[in-house]
Amino acid sequence: MSSNAEPAVAFEQVCKRFGSRRVLDGQTFAVQRGERFVIIGPSGTGKSVSLKLASGQLSPTSGTVRLLGQDLCALSATALAALRRRVGYLFQSGALLGWKTLAENVALPLRSHGHLPEREIAERVQAALAEVGLADAGELYPAEVSGGMVKRAAFARAIIEEPEVLFFDEPTSGLDPVMSRTIDALITQVNQTHGAACVVVTHDLAGALRYADRIGFLKAGRFLTVAPPSEILNSPVPEVQAFLAAQALEP
Amino acid sequence: MMLTREAAGSLAARLLSGLGLTAQVTALASLGLPRIFLERECRRTWARQLYVVGIGTLAVATVVALFTGMILGLQLGIAFRQFSQELMVAYTLAFAMLREMGPFMTGIILAACVGSSMAAQLGTMTVNEEIAALEMMSVSPVRFLVVPRLWAMAMMAPLLSFYTCVVAFFGGALVGYTQLNIPFLQFMGQIVEAAEVKDLWVGLLKAFVFGILVSGISCTVGFCTTQGAAGVGASTRRAVIYSFLAILIGGYFITRFCYVL
Ligand SMILES: Nc1ncnc2c1ncn2[C@@H]1O[C@H](COP(=O)(O)OP(=O)(O)O)[C@@H](O)[C@H]1O
Ligand SMILES: [Mg+2]
Repeated sequence: MSSNAEPAVAFEQVCKRFGSRRVLDGQTFAVQRGERFVIIGPSGTGKSVSLKLASGQLSPTSGTVRLLGQDLCALSATALAALRRRVGYLFQSGALLGWKTLAENVALPLRSHGHLPEREIAERVQAALAEVGLADAGELYPAEVSGGMVKRAAFARAIIEEPEVLFFDEPTSGLDPVMSRTIDALITQVNQTHGAACVVVTHDLAGALRYADRIGFLKAGRFLTVAPPSEILNSPVPEVQAFLAAQALEP
Repeated sequence: MMLTREAAGSLAARLLSGLGLTAQVTALASLGLPRIFLERECRRTWARQLYVVGIGTLAVATVVALFTGMILGLQLGIAFRQFSQELMVAYTLAFAMLREMGPFMTGIILAACVGSSMAAQLGTMTVNEEIAALEMMSVSPVRFLVVPRLWAMAMMAPLLSFYTCVVAFFGGALVGYTQLNIPFLQFMGQIVEAAEVKDLWVGLLKAFVFGILVSGISCTVGFCTTQGAAGVGASTRRAVIYSFLAILIGGYFITRFCYVL
């Protein structure tokens, strides 16, 4: 298969409407394998919707979305499920199962797919929890911990199977600055060790500037600009400048 | 004219797609029976649901059954006393409960007590994107969540139905003893004599089918929840209403096919 040459994610002329509300309008871009791609932009512009389109949770009103070379609209449910085993997704809300502990939540993908022995599962879960600073919180339930801890456990769950493509929806919102940097470093780390393509939605421009290969600024249904961090800092686009100024980031 | 026809058309389309989805979820979950024996996770959830369905509804079922038996005993007693046929109360009570009332009341209790909470739980999970998260992990929500719930209810419903019948007989016997002067043992003996094996089996079959219908409908309605907390409330209500309708309509057809006029 030539699928390795295919981009991890490719949008072609994607439009997405909810009723009469137009969220994406002719969006076209591609994220290469092993790339760290960051989507920034104001609230409610369709960043989360973009990730859901890219992972097949939503279908585009028109246009095509390809994930790891496969047209998502043309896939059967079984094929989509198989494809998703190569994908990790961190939801904006975390979306942990409430009746399972953090450790059980992180173990869920391993338990449902592989036939790993329980011992190895426990070891890997503990290692993943330790990486996100939750080594001692594995036995707690999502309702007993803070939103930031839920987010970090969900992060561990997304990366536990070492997927080829990772989608992170605001991985650092609700975290303190130190933990945010830890998560940023983890994104870089999973990207470098497993070569996973990372598509990150964030408001944290300072963090994004540090680890992104390219940053796309989403506004009114399309990317106003897609550029490496150095160019984003000097972008002539007024909306991007306003975003930079608001976070006190000077070129 | 065009507008109303369009509205009726869209209503019919929604009804059909809802029925189709429910049938799909219910069929898929029904076929998942082996998972209860093969998968630890599924078995655990199933065991917990057995408890929720069986023990959780026992108190309500007892009170409802006891008073249904007593009410039926009273009404039938008033009617049959006119012809000095008091013992007919036991006879009538036996097949009314076994054939219809036992499974019917069990279904209603399950819909109200368990189905509603299934819809609320799965609805909340849908709204919190937990269902989407399961799908993103390639874990089928139907296999993971519906299979154990559906089979717990399907297996528990016949037991609960039988229990409901027995308690109702006690209720009837109590009224027979206190109001109609029928000795307790004679009343019970009459019931055992009147009860036919076929009535028992058809009643249990009905309860089994109702268990599948209520859990299948409630879970599907939960999955279809939209719009946050208000949506969860609406789903809960919908699950109960649709379950009631399914129990009534399904009950008629099972009776129709099992007893030829
Ligand atoms: N399932 C949905 N149904 C209707 N509208 C939606 C849905 N999901 C998102 N939207 C709308 O799409 C727009 C973009 O949402 P979203 O992608 O979540 O924004 P953000 O960029 O802050 O992540 C919002 O205006 C939201 O109201
Ligand atoms: Mg969002």
